[in-house]
Amino acid sequence: MATIEFTEEQTMLLETAVDFCRKNSPLDVVRRQIELDDSVDAGIWSEMADLGWLGITIPEQYGGLGLSLADVVPIVESMGRHLMGSPYVSTVLAANVLVVSGSETQKNHWLPQIALGAVASIALTEEDGNWRLKEIQTQGVVAGGALTLTGKKCFVLDAPKAAVIVVSAMIDSAPRLVLVQADQLPANALTRETVIDETRRSYTLDLDGVTVPAEQILDGADFASVEQAALLLLTAEMAGGLAGVLHVIVDYLTTRKQFDQYIGSYQSLKHPSVQILLSMEACRSHLYHAATLLAGEDANAIESAIRMAKAQGSEAFAFAGDRAVQFHGGFGFTYDCDAQLFLRRALWCQYQFGDAAYHRALLGPLLLDEVS
Amino acid sequence: MTTTQAELKEFEEQADRWFLENKPANPGFILPETFMEVGTDSQFEFLRNWQNKVYENGYVGMAWPKEYGGGGVDQVFQDIATKAMAKHRVPFLPNTIGLNWAGPLILMMGSEAEKAKYIKGILSAEDMWCQGFSEPDHGSDLGSAQCKAVKDGDEYVVNGSKIWTSLGSYAKYMILLARTSQESKSKYAGLSFFLAPMQAEGIEPRPIKKLTGEYGFCQTFFNDARIPASCMIGNEGEGWKVAMATLTFERGATGGQAGGLAMMDLTIDDIVKLARRAKRNGRPAIEDAHVRNELVDLITESQNNSLMAARAKVPALATDWPTAISMSGKLRSSELKRRMCQFAISLQGANGARYVSKDAVDGGMWQRSYLNAFSGTIGGGTTQIQHNIIGERVLGLPKG
Repeated sequence: MATIEFTEEQTMLLETAVDFCRKNSPLDVVRRQIELDDSVDAGIWSEMADLGWLGITIPEQYGGLGLSLADVVPIVESMGRHLMGSPYVSTVLAANVLVVSGSETQKNHWLPQIALGAVASIALTEEDGNWRLKEIQTQGVVAGGALTLTGKKCFVLDAPKAAVIVVSAMIDSAPRLVLVQADQLPANALTRETVIDETRRSYTLDLDGVTVPAEQILDGADFASVEQAALLLLTAEMAGGLAGVLHVIVDYLTTRKQFDQYIGSYQSLKHPSVQILLSMEACRSHLYHAATLLAGEDANAIESAIRMAKAQGSEAFAFAGDRAVQFHGGFGFTYDCDAQLFLRRALWCQYQFGDAAYHRALLGPLLLDEVS
Repeated sequence: MTTTQAELKEFEEQADRWFLENKPANPGFILPETFMEVGTDSQFEFLRNWQNKVYENGYVGMAWPKEYGGGGVDQVFQDIATKAMAKHRVPFLPNTIGLNWAGPLILMMGSEAEKAKYIKGILSAEDMWCQGFSEPDHGSDLGSAQCKAVKDGDEYVVNGSKIWTSLGSYAKYMILLARTSQESKSKYAGLSFFLAPMQAEGIEPRPIKKLTGEYGFCQTFFNDARIPASCMIGNEGEGWKVAMATLTFERGATGGQAGGLAMMDLTIDDIVKLARRAKRNGRPAIEDAHVRNELVDLITESQNNSLMAARAKVPALATDWPTAISMSGKLRSSELKRRMCQFAISLQGANGARYVSKDAVDGGMWQRSYLNAFSGTIGGGTTQIQHNIIGERVLGLPKG
């Protein structure tokens, strides 16, 4: 069913987030932040915590608001719109893993801290860039109540700020999720990565020799839920990014003149801009549809909607970023032009958690094959 | 008047049963998919009789006022009936121009007398309607229409021609956009709008052979044709405004249409089914990795069009360019249909090169549908003009 529901809570969160991100993350601030060590100013992070945003998906008994991932979507979309960097998404994803797969003790320990502003992150991807989250090289061996890890994790966002990181590892030949605390990491465990989206603070996490109490293995190991949450929030960033880059394009097309005409009057620029507009609307539709379904029970419908959203959004945003650079002509080739910020963001989003072709291949069995 | 869920449910079952039981048998000749493709008298008679039967049984114009021949009930009943028509894949209702554009227009701005005169005939298909907007030299640029109407006593004398008049040979009336003044300040101000009788002396619809090899359109010639001045709707010089209101009905942005199935529409499910039975290199096409990738992409786009309608109902999510969804309906659906048909042919291996014949896959309907799909991407303003319109009116880009 093609339904989209948008609640009062979501409407209020969207309004607040739109104002917050516009005020705190104009593009000159984004550029200034790129030069700094952290992905966001500490004051802004604590404002986000004060707004209750970190606890949105955390149940009330652990100090959260007891809402859902669908309520996080308007916030992340607004952040994406303004290329706002922060550990918000990684923290929400880690909290969500805890809510879904954590034990009572683990939840009691971590969720209230996160709701108050502790940073958390997830470490799932490895050096081979494999998107299949359960195909893991990292090994964990339990002996005498202690878990010893070997392996490397990549694209761990805001890792040095994180009080806790959710790590995936093979334990007794099964894919599992493990909590690793900041104070359990050796001094040189984290190495900053050079990634295409410069608003990110991305790290390699070397787990060789890291030992943690075996109780830090999560009870559950719901990789599907981790993936879906990550895809949903990436798509939210992309939907916002599409709107953001389209504003950059329209601003330039309505102010820049060549051959005595505003360049937006040329159809070769006008028509692809309309294509970007419609793909942005499509992305937003798929996004909020997926968010709507998430509350329901139909696992196939949820998976289809989320993979479709990521596939469509990835391609749309990459196209928009690509065209944004091209449409700026010579200026587009310079670092000063804001189009590159969005193109770089689009490439990051495309290649995290599966590109369009990857998700379409997985949608095949869900959409094309008859149930026998 | 409040309608209970039980009443709706009961009506849904009633409509479902009626269309199941009354779906006409295969007439023995290939049926058109839309009103733009009615090419023979037997096709026309068949479809007109079908609309008449649907009307006599109360399943079209349900929400139009009772005093003019409508059903006088809530729109929700019509939506249910229209869904039942689509579900049972019954033939479409051929008086498309009347039901969807002329009728709503007359109900919106016509006089009592005009409503009494035209509405019932539109619904019963007794009076067929056609549209006289486009001209041979002004396809998408309606504002430049040159067909002239000069006032002479209580008549207008019309000279010029209109093109793409679907059902032109069968229509009793035409909604006609003509130039009544050459001296106006803007090209738009010189236009007027008529509900013109087609049987007048000097009006000659000539059938046009389409790219499919079939007929279905006319070019209509006006040669000193005299039409009564009283058939003008709106005032002289206000034709552009009336035409724009009519086109809003065409783009589907507002309600008010009589409802009922306007075309036999292909869905993506039809293409998936075709991919299961069509063979590429000896195997079902659906097993081919490239085919699967493309099919999923088309399903995604098709889903997107359904979702747009749902999202248009959430104003909080229409923030930056609020008219983008409503302005792009025709563009999105017509381009998707063209792509789907094009893709359907690619599933057939070497048989993709066949055309309408018994040896072709599904009798060649995919090839024919593909060629006909250009009516959607060209008619009502080409895809390229739609991009201009959306670029300028929605994104605010400068005109070229």
